[in-house]
Amino acid sequence: MAEATAGEHPVIDPSSFDLVVSGTGLVESLVAAAASASGKSVLHLDSNPYYGVHYSSLSPQSLSSFLQQNAPAAADDDDGPRQPAPKSSVGVAVDLQPRRLYSHVEIAGEVPEPSRGFLLDLSGPRVLYCADPMVDVMLRSGASHHIEFKSVDGSMIYWDGKLQMVPDSREAIFKDKSLSLTEKTQMTRFLKLVREHITSEGGEGEEASKISGPYLEMPFVKFLEKQRLPPKIKLIVLYAIAMADYDQDNPESCNKLMDTKEGLESLSLYSSSIGRFPNAVGALIYPIYGQGELPQAFCRLAAVKGALYVLRMPASSLLFDKEDKAYKGVRLATGQDINCHRILMDSSSVVPPPFPSPDPLESTIEASHASKVARLVCITRSSLHPQLSNILIILPPRSLFPAQETSIRALQLGSGLAVCPPDFFVVYCSTKCDDAIRGKEHLLAAMNALFELPGGKNEQDEHSGDLYINESTSKSKPVLLWSASYVQELTEGCSLSSSPMPDGNLDYGSLLKSTEKLFHSLYPHEEFFTAGRPSEEEGDDITEG
Amino acid sequence: MHGRPRKTAKAEDLVASAAKAEKLRQLQSQLLRNHNDRIYNKEALEICSKLLEVNPEVYTAWNYRKLAVQSNLESCGDHEVVQSIVNQELKIAEIALRRNPKCYGAWQHRKWILNLGSDKADFDQEFRLLDQLLKADSRNFHGWNHRRFVVALKNVKEEEELNFTTEKINTNFSNYSAWHNRSVILSHLMKQNAPGFDPREKVLTEELEFIHQALFTDPDDQSGWFYHLWLLDQIIARDSPFLISSWPAHGTELILSSNTSVKDFQHFESTEYAQDIRALPIVLYFNQAVKGVNSTTVTVESIFTENVDLIWKPLSASNSVEAHCWVTYLNISERDCNSLEPYSIKVSFGNTQGLVSSDGCPLSYACQCEFSLKISPHSPGSCSKESNVNMVHWDNENFSRSEFLQIRPFLMSYQRQKIIANSELLISEWCSETLSREIMLFRKLISEINCKIAKLTLGRLLIARNFILSRGIQLTKNRTHFEETLQLYDDLIRLDPSHIGYYKDQRSLVLMDQVTSDEESLRKHCWLPKELSLTSAGQSVCLRLNKLSLTRIGFVERLLWVNVLDLSHNELQSVEGLEAMQLLSHLNLSHNKLSSMTALEPLRPMISLQALDISYNEIGAHSIDTKRYQCASSPLSHPAGTCGDVQGFEDFDPEEVKLYWDAILIFKHLHLTQLDVVGNPILNEPFSSLMIRLVPSLQWLDGRPAQQS
Repeated sequence: MAEATAGEHPVIDPSSFDLVVSGTGLVESLVAAAASASGKSVLHLDSNPYYGVHYSSLSPQSLSSFLQQNAPAAADDDDGPRQPAPKSSVGVAVDLQPRRLYSHVEIAGEVPEPSRGFLLDLSGPRVLYCADPMVDVMLRSGASHHIEFKSVDGSMIYWDGKLQMVPDSREAIFKDKSLSLTEKTQMTRFLKLVREHITSEGGEGEEASKISGPYLEMPFVKFLEKQRLPPKIKLIVLYAIAMADYDQDNPESCNKLMDTKEGLESLSLYSSSIGRFPNAVGALIYPIYGQGELPQAFCRLAAVKGALYVLRMPASSLLFDKEDKAYKGVRLATGQDINCHRILMDSSSVVPPPFPSPDPLESTIEASHASKVARLVCITRSSLHPQLSNILIILPPRSLFPAQETSIRALQLGSGLAVCPPDFFVVYCSTKCDDAIRGKEHLLAAMNALFELPGGKNEQDEHSGDLYINESTSKSKPVLLWSASYVQELTEGCSLSSSPMPDGNLDYGSLLKSTEKLFHSLYPHEEFFTAGRPSEEEGDDITEG
Repeated sequence: MHGRPRKTAKAEDLVASAAKAEKLRQLQSQLLRNHNDRIYNKEALEICSKLLEVNPEVYTAWNYRKLAVQSNLESCGDHEVVQSIVNQELKIAEIALRRNPKCYGAWQHRKWILNLGSDKADFDQEFRLLDQLLKADSRNFHGWNHRRFVVALKNVKEEEELNFTTEKINTNFSNYSAWHNRSVILSHLMKQNAPGFDPREKVLTEELEFIHQALFTDPDDQSGWFYHLWLLDQIIARDSPFLISSWPAHGTELILSSNTSVKDFQHFESTEYAQDIRALPIVLYFNQAVKGVNSTTVTVESIFTENVDLIWKPLSASNSVEAHCWVTYLNISERDCNSLEPYSIKVSFGNTQGLVSSDGCPLSYACQCEFSLKISPHSPGSCSKESNVNMVHWDNENFSRSEFLQIRPFLMSYQRQKIIANSELLISEWCSETLSREIMLFRKLISEINCKIAKLTLGRLLIARNFILSRGIQLTKNRTHFEETLQLYDDLIRLDPSHIGYYKDQRSLVLMDQVTSDEESLRKHCWLPKELSLTSAGQSVCLRLNKLSLTRIGFVERLLWVNVLDLSHNELQSVEGLEAMQLLSHLNLSHNKLSSMTALEPLRPMISLQALDISYNEIGAHSIDTKRYQCASSPLSHPAGTCGDVQGFEDFDPEEVKLYWDAILIFKHLHLTQLDVVGNPILNEPFSSLMIRLVPSLQWLDGRPAQQS
């Protein structure tokens, strides 16, 4: 982004705020909106000319250039000791170093015209559950007025070289043609058990139907086996409903096993999502115009409450107050110093630990197993499903190749969501990984399984042409027109003054949790969006029919 | 709609409803005035509309509107005016239905208007409204009814409506209305052999496949099971009736005597009408209730009675014109028979039309039974009325098991007949295969899940398959799983105590089926009476079905040959079915749960009955029989209370008639020599004395010699 100069930008007045937030990613926007809602004066900066940073939805060209800018250059490994900058009126100025969060960026193919019609998520695939706490926050805060959602039409699971619909509800199980009759009984019996557990947890149902302590601690996969669920159902429940990331049948990854409590929570979220909004067909919804709408909606909310927004305005250094032993100001790229009580920086820049006595870096999210997420954005001209255009696709561990350790999730979106021109489709894939190369291998395998690569580059072609189960007309795989693949770093937790990167999950649940913690550590006595506003009626029209 | 808790009204609601009531009263009185004065102008109709808007349940208002529409239509023939009236009325009904989608008056009005102006109504709009309504509440039966009405009015193709039900079921398969409509449409389409619905078997197989998805997805949801039951009924549809059993059986040789030691033949103790005339019953038992059994449809060739003189009577507790079982009596006069050679008797039917099932299906094939009758010389004394009869004791020590017992000839009495023209194979292979497949599936289901209705269905399937297989000639083959079926009903009795009566009845029928299924199992229940009084009377075998917890009797068609039957120590509340056992002379019903005299109604046509033990029941504990399976019992509605019978009461004291009318009706037809009533609340001195007067042949009452006072 072009360096802003003092000449282009007027001086910001006032020059003192309760909170300065740099970066308009979702976490920062949420904090800014919550702080403004609690009456704090907020200055919200972003070095980019658009909102969202790592959470934005961009045109293919902007996406490519964003990735390349944030990828390490050849000689960018210089992490030399940082020197305190010259003294300022407030305190010691500490320079901010840019952080390179993307690597292994590969762009292939030509962006089809009209290329401006595409809005690609940087942090895809990502959706919201209808019963998501994020949805509640949007309803509670009023952000839902600035954003509209549509249903994801359904989920599919890839198994035995075929894509089949995930029977995730009573009706879907009834209609499903791939499950045997007995499997149908087992599946509903299990879902009923879960439902009874949920209602008994809510204090309504019978205590007897509650799944008790020792069960909750056992690995979820063991619990499913105890329920005598056949392998296929187990697979569906684990990876397509509970969204487990790692191979649950592999004893080596036992630290990555989902426990029963966690599993039941995911199922509970899923099942309470179905039917929450009358217009939503399944459990999942997606914002029209892309995920980038979410941070923008909260920024708007903050602006309504009086926050000041300045785009194209990077902060160059932080001002350290020796007496308070904390950062108490920001020096902007224009050279202006802003005083503030609290600072929140997005993860694009390294926030040096304040010295001489650094704040204890409080890790607020549970230690993530993986350090990276491999992501893939694709553009095609035909859908992976003959009738549906907005679908979630799960490629569970070992479905693509025996050594596949992680579940790969893909989300296909059509023009109905205004993320691409008519007759095009955008597909996001992602998988968690520790090793960038392995992550990319996983994505490549998924790409091979789902798409026809231009020039017949598919590694194994035996499955091409019969990707679907239950379809009488054999339809060939969609041809891949354009793709961008990259590996994104996950920031280890977040510190008092630095917010986390988009995680490798499908939903916003854990990000929202860390955001709430972050907010409470900034403002221990404030409420994170005051509850109490009746919002159920608004909830009815959160989705478009 | 469904599952919404009722809330108590708040104070402000009460105020609002009081205001509403006041407004309603005003409108209502205005309406009634207009109605009375036959004012049908615009203002008056407006008041009516307002009233219906507030409260669509005022039937008078709807009625008034109909009169107004009629009067206004008569007075003008203008096309546009008619159109506007139709539209206006449809609009009013729509407003009312939006207010209360289950308002009978509004639905009725809408129907009436549509019928009246079917050429004017906008049917697309009608379907749009119905779609909205059924989307809001997919189980509103008014909506479904109206849809059927509109479909018929507009002649929509039934196939389209079938697809509509599929669509609704796919949205939510817990929809009784949709499944019901599906069954209605399908039965019509199958009856017409509509293209695509022709081999009925194919359609039914596909439907089974479809319903299985619902049943296995949520076995606890009942709506699908109803449809499944309907499908099963279609599969085992019994179109044409046929004979399943007769007495005497085809090919048997009867000896009409009182005392003989020859055991290879069927013995027959006749009932005497007059000194020298004895009656030979001929019993025909069909697989379903039939009507039209008479001397033109059934021909009996014998030297004893002219066929045209024979009167066939239905044997059924409800005494209607149709019954499973029919009887006629052949009068054998000693004067006619001088020969020691057997007389041949032929019973044939099915050659002429007229013998049909209750829904009009003719017999599936013509049939003939041929048997012979040998008459041993009448030995004076043994059948004389004046002779003294020993008392019968039913105690265990009076019976002995005999391994050498030969019951084969008796068993032969059922399932033997000469089929004259076999039109088609009785058991459809598809049907028995389908049932077997269903049985396999539901066994699997109940191994997965503990589901009452699945168990019940499996029980029904097992019974149905046995029934289907028993239609065929091979009786004992493939007829197993009794234990499994009994276990299922035992489980159900435990799991679902609120329907215990039904389960016990079903269980009893299965048990009866098992006991009578073959020679071996039947032999276990056949005993030899030690007591001379029984053997001397010519009865050699007693069938003892005591202590089986039976609540009902079934499969009587296999027991037509039985003379002595012990049903004591069961839980019988009804003895329906016994009426077919025309040879029964000794019957023990003691220690059961018969609760009234009317429960003994089935015994009335049993002309051979001599000894009856009804001791230790609950007769008299309830004034009327509440356990009947068909119609309620009262002096007015009771089938026995026909005029002819009522006349018989003249001989009795009115007070006695009032108290014991039911006992009088039953016992005055019986020629009992022995009766045991002890241990019933009804028993007292007046009752005993009545019995002695009522049954002149009675020699033993409750173990004491009956003295004519």
